[in-house]
Amino acid sequence: MSDVVEKTLTALPSLLSLDSQSGAGKLSSTSKLGGLIRSITELTSKHEEEKLINRELAAIKEQVSSPNTSMRQMKEIMVRAIYCEMLGYEASFSYIHAIKLAQQGSAIEKRVGYLAVSLFLNESHDLLLLLVNTVLKDLQSTNLIEVCMALTVVSQLFPKDMIPAILPLVEEKLTNPKEIIRRKAVLALHKFYLIAPNQVQHIHSKFRKALCDKDPGVMTASLHIYLQLIKENPDSYKDLTGSFVAILRQVVGGKLPVDFNYHNVPAPWLQIQLLRILSLLGKDDQSTSELMYEVLDESLRRAEMNHNITYAILYECVKAIYTIYPKSELLEKAAKCIGNFVVSPKINLKYLGLKALTYVVQQDASLALQHQMTIIECLDHSDSIIKRETLEVLFRITNVKNVAVIVEKMLDFLKNVFMEPDILFLLYVGCFPLLSDTYSPNNEWFIQTMNVVFSLGGELMHPDIPNNFLRLLAQGFGSEEEEQQQLRVFAVDSYLTLLESDTAHLPQRFLQVISWALGEFSYLKDGLEPCKVTKLLAKLLDERNVTSESRSWILSAMAKLSAGPGAAALALQVSERYSSSLDTVLRQQALELLHLSQDPELHARVLPHGAAWDSFEVDSSLSFLDSFVSEALSQGAAPYKAPHQRQEELRQEKALSLEPYSISLPVSLSSCSITDRQSPTLLSMSSSLSGNSNELKAGTLKLEGVKRVWGKEGYLHQQDAVEEAAQVEEAATPALPLSPQQGGAESQQTHGDLTVVEQEKQKLASSLFVGLGSQNSTFLMGKSDSTSQQFRRKTRAADSTSSGVSERSSSSSHSSCSDFLHNNLLEDSQNSLNTQKIGVSNGTHEGPVTQSFQTTSKETSPFLDAGMVLVQPCSPQTELRDFVQPGSSGITQTSLRSQFPPELSQLPHSDISLLSSDHSLSLSACRAYRDDALLFVIILSNLKCCGSIFETFSTLIQVASLRGNALENLPAHSMSVCWYALLMEEPHTQVTVAGSVSYRAVPGHTQTLQFTDKLFLTDFIRPLTLSTEEYGKLWLSFSQDVRQNLKLIQGEGDPLRATLSALKEQLQLHIVDIIGSEGIVACRLLPDSPCLLHCRIHGGSLAVWLRSPLLSLPDCLLYYCQKTLEEC
Amino acid sequence: MQFMLLFSRQGKLRLQKWYVPLSDKEKKKITRELVQTVLARKPKMCSFLEWRDLKIVYKRYASLYFCCAIEDQDNELITLEIIHRYVELLDKYFGSVCELDIIFNFEKAYFILDEFLLGGEAQETSKKNVLKAIEQADLLQEVCCSLPSS
Repeated sequence: MSDVVEKTLTALPSLLSLDSQSGAGKLSSTSKLGGLIRSITELTSKHEEEKLINRELAAIKEQVSSPNTSMRQMKEIMVRAIYCEMLGYEASFSYIHAIKLAQQGSAIEKRVGYLAVSLFLNESHDLLLLLVNTVLKDLQSTNLIEVCMALTVVSQLFPKDMIPAILPLVEEKLTNPKEIIRRKAVLALHKFYLIAPNQVQHIHSKFRKALCDKDPGVMTASLHIYLQLIKENPDSYKDLTGSFVAILRQVVGGKLPVDFNYHNVPAPWLQIQLLRILSLLGKDDQSTSELMYEVLDESLRRAEMNHNITYAILYECVKAIYTIYPKSELLEKAAKCIGNFVVSPKINLKYLGLKALTYVVQQDASLALQHQMTIIECLDHSDSIIKRETLEVLFRITNVKNVAVIVEKMLDFLKNVFMEPDILFLLYVGCFPLLSDTYSPNNEWFIQTMNVVFSLGGELMHPDIPNNFLRLLAQGFGSEEEEQQQLRVFAVDSYLTLLESDTAHLPQRFLQVISWALGEFSYLKDGLEPCKVTKLLAKLLDERNVTSESRSWILSAMAKLSAGPGAAALALQVSERYSSSLDTVLRQQALELLHLSQDPELHARVLPHGAAWDSFEVDSSLSFLDSFVSEALSQGAAPYKAPHQRQEELRQEKALSLEPYSISLPVSLSSCSITDRQSPTLLSMSSSLSGNSNELKAGTLKLEGVKRVWGKEGYLHQQDAVEEAAQVEEAATPALPLSPQQGGAESQQTHGDLTVVEQEKQKLASSLFVGLGSQNSTFLMGKSDSTSQQFRRKTRAADSTSSGVSERSSSSSHSSCSDFLHNNLLEDSQNSLNTQKIGVSNGTHEGPVTQSFQTTSKETSPFLDAGMVLVQPCSPQTELRDFVQPGSSGITQTSLRSQFPPELSQLPHSDISLLSSDHSLSLSACRAYRDDALLFVIILSNLKCCGSIFETFSTLIQVASLRGNALENLPAHSMSVCWYALLMEEPHTQVTVAGSVSYRAVPGHTQTLQFTDKLFLTDFIRPLTLSTEEYGKLWLSFSQDVRQNLKLIQGEGDPLRATLSALKEQLQLHIVDIIGSEGIVACRLLPDSPCLLHCRIHGGSLAVWLRSPLLSLPDCLLYYCQKTLEEC
Repeated sequence: MQFMLLFSRQGKLRLQKWYVPLSDKEKKKITRELVQTVLARKPKMCSFLEWRDLKIVYKRYASLYFCCAIEDQDNELITLEIIHRYVELLDKYFGSVCELDIIFNFEKAYFILDEFLLGGEAQETSKKNVLKAIEQADLLQEVCCSLPSS
């Protein structure tokens, strides 16, 4: 260490003295930073700015070199230098002075000096060495601020080799009484760990101490190190899991000082850091994961959805839950969270939701199903970032059935972002073959898609893609021979069509693919004259924008085709033109073409049709050249030397630069070893090789020009060989079948009016998400007009629905036993994919059967319970009409209604529908709309002749609160009504109520009747009567805006009025006021959550802004608004 | 975090902090590209960008864009809050901060940033502590300044 210091010390004066030589510059205090900035803002052109800054820099340079410049002035100068650097002008001369300032200045100047250093220099800069001494001095300072400054700069940049010099001092600071110093010391060690992990290996125990520091700031800082450590080696830190969990629990529990709160959230940075660490620790480790389930659950629960920062924590939490060993309960909650993100109107959350989906769908594709409509909407999002993320999601759910649609969408996307090609673009194009390989529905589709990919991908495409494609074409998919032949024929067909049309827009790579495929496979197509293909190729050859590389591919193809009748004349023509080409490769190929077309025998030998490629024997030792070589040697030729050997010699000889050789020779050698079946000129190639070495050896003038003139033939052959070798490589595997098709078939979706768009989306949704559920076909496009986002995953659910419709009679359906139903319900709530089902239990069970739902079940009493359970809210939007089925005849309706007690019969209510029935009991239900609640009315009818006693006891769990209760006896053939007042605590477009009634017809024989019903958001919406003024006040008190365009009802009179009154009627809204083209509407969600709508005619549609204290209410309400207006 | 950039709506760089070693040429190139990309985005668009292999998180405050580059596995939202917290700190320090404050006192803005983020990681998340540290340093500065002049 002392060595280092000494070196620095001695180096410093010499460096510093450099600048003291120049003459005494004048001190100008007039040009301060402010003046500089002001004069820059006054400038109009970049050129002027350049001039000004250069002047400024010259002045600075003069000043800094002046020995009379005081440290104070130096500080001011440094600030200006930083400013100039920020503007993009180099002020490297000031770097050394920044270091000087840091070293020699007093505290304030030091601060600027350190800042300048940290901004000017980067880790590898040589001058940084000069800083070491200064840092050392300051670390030992008694001044807190100086120590802080030194630690700050160390944590930002420090030369790696010098770490040992200051490490002991930094370590010592870990025990400093001041927490700010401890914290910075920890971060400095973090930095050291990052740049030189080995240097700090011995102080890992001190990290643990820092983790246990009583100051939360220091502890937080130590987590940075732990995150890094655990990332690299999670296994060695498993024992710390408990501590991390404990810390997180304390943080979540609000045990930290209020200082660390951020927008009322306790230490979010700390939480996120801990969550990241935990997810690393719990990955693939069940026992460790188990330790953290509880705290993760707690974090999820505590983080209410209200502010960005809580979303950040939630997101991290969800990520952790999906990373660690899975626990279904948590996964379910996390999935719900992601759902909230995805449907959020906030675009940032939407993005994160989609991002989360990308890794979640791999585990559970059903989550994508739930959000398919949102995903579809995101596909058309104006922000390409969202679009891209959506495609990413789709890419992950690709399967056999939806691959076509997804690929089409991706291609659409690529068309749009073509102007800004970036890495991702490449990635997307790159993944196509992958997609196509695994799931390609058929060969034709594959060819067509690849055509589009090639056309779009252009020159930016990764070269592997065409190579892989050609290999595929040559080898096939590993499927039937016949199928592969079909693929090839199809490719040939589609390429011919492409060539017949305008080829100017086709990228070069695509042209190369086309010509290769035509050359190899056009013979497979019956009735296709090679002459025709050759003509097309010849035309292509003459196109101006075709590069010589592509031309060479085309010529190779023509050579393969030249055997056929008629082709020879054309070949002659072409070869005549290109045999005088400036490009030697083309010239070579043109000559080959000429020879091959004139000598069919040779052609057949060299280029046999459809031969399997692996049947070619490659003599990699080139033994057939032996005689030639020995002959050449005997005639005095120089022995062959490997290229590196030659280069060595050349270097020794100090010859002229011979770059061309070093490039071409090794290449040609490698091509020799592969040996090309298509090269008829192997001999001449090797002769050119020996020629080369000959010349080299001779030590003649080794100029490129000379070489080219004399060794022309050789060069030609070598490059040609390279060319063809490449082709062989691509195609390098045995040939099999192929098939045909047309290019450029991308169907673009046309958008008609709104409903058409909606339907389109439906269609799209069904095609995209097909195959994700277990019952793919059932949920596709069931109803063309429904906006149902929901997929029915189980057919049994549908079965039970039908049974529920049955007329109330003794003909009960025995389709399902109650256990089965229980499973069903439970499963449902897990998936939060509710399917409507009304099941009937046939009551064959002895004793209470509804354990899972009932809160009480007393054997002895004749009282039975109807446990009412609110199952998880549905994923939004299920068809309303679908459910309300006329379960009972009109007569029954009236007879049922007559049962209503007076307080109910006066309320507006929905139709009565049959809920469920068995041979002795029938349940019907209706909804009555009271001003303060929704009444869910259940009518029980006893169908049995024998008199018996019924008792119902109901409990209602979650969301809705129980307001009514009924206990009664029910004689035979009579009915009884009980009702429950329900409120909606959280907005959902729809919730499912499920429950059961247990009764005992015969003593000791308990039977249970299950039922479910759906309640809609509209059931809970009531008008909110407000004055315009109150409305205005309320409007301002909410900040979240949701905006949507709605359909306008066109008809006689004012469209705005008509639309609003339609909404008012259907949705129970209150129209506060209508002024001109604007209207304000208010409603409330029971019990008392207001939602305000501000409508305005905008173009041909109604623009609506919604505000509400409940975030999801506007979205849910909008859904019904849209629905209502569409039905009008 | 890999770097943080502050620039105006006109594309003028106001502050730059690099937490990864890069050559000046690269820095300039990145800055130019990013400023262009971010400025081209519409106000309602997402605050996150995928750019090269990095994630860009940006937010606009009045005429000033704050732009951070993070790695893929980092949390975007918390980065957004880091920006916000930094703005809060600036605001508290300058007293309702505006772009001019940052232009004319950019070294102060750097000092605050260094107290808040160190080596690309959040160093001190308590607002009070950061400002306390800055004030202490400032105080020392004033003492030093006043000594020679008196």
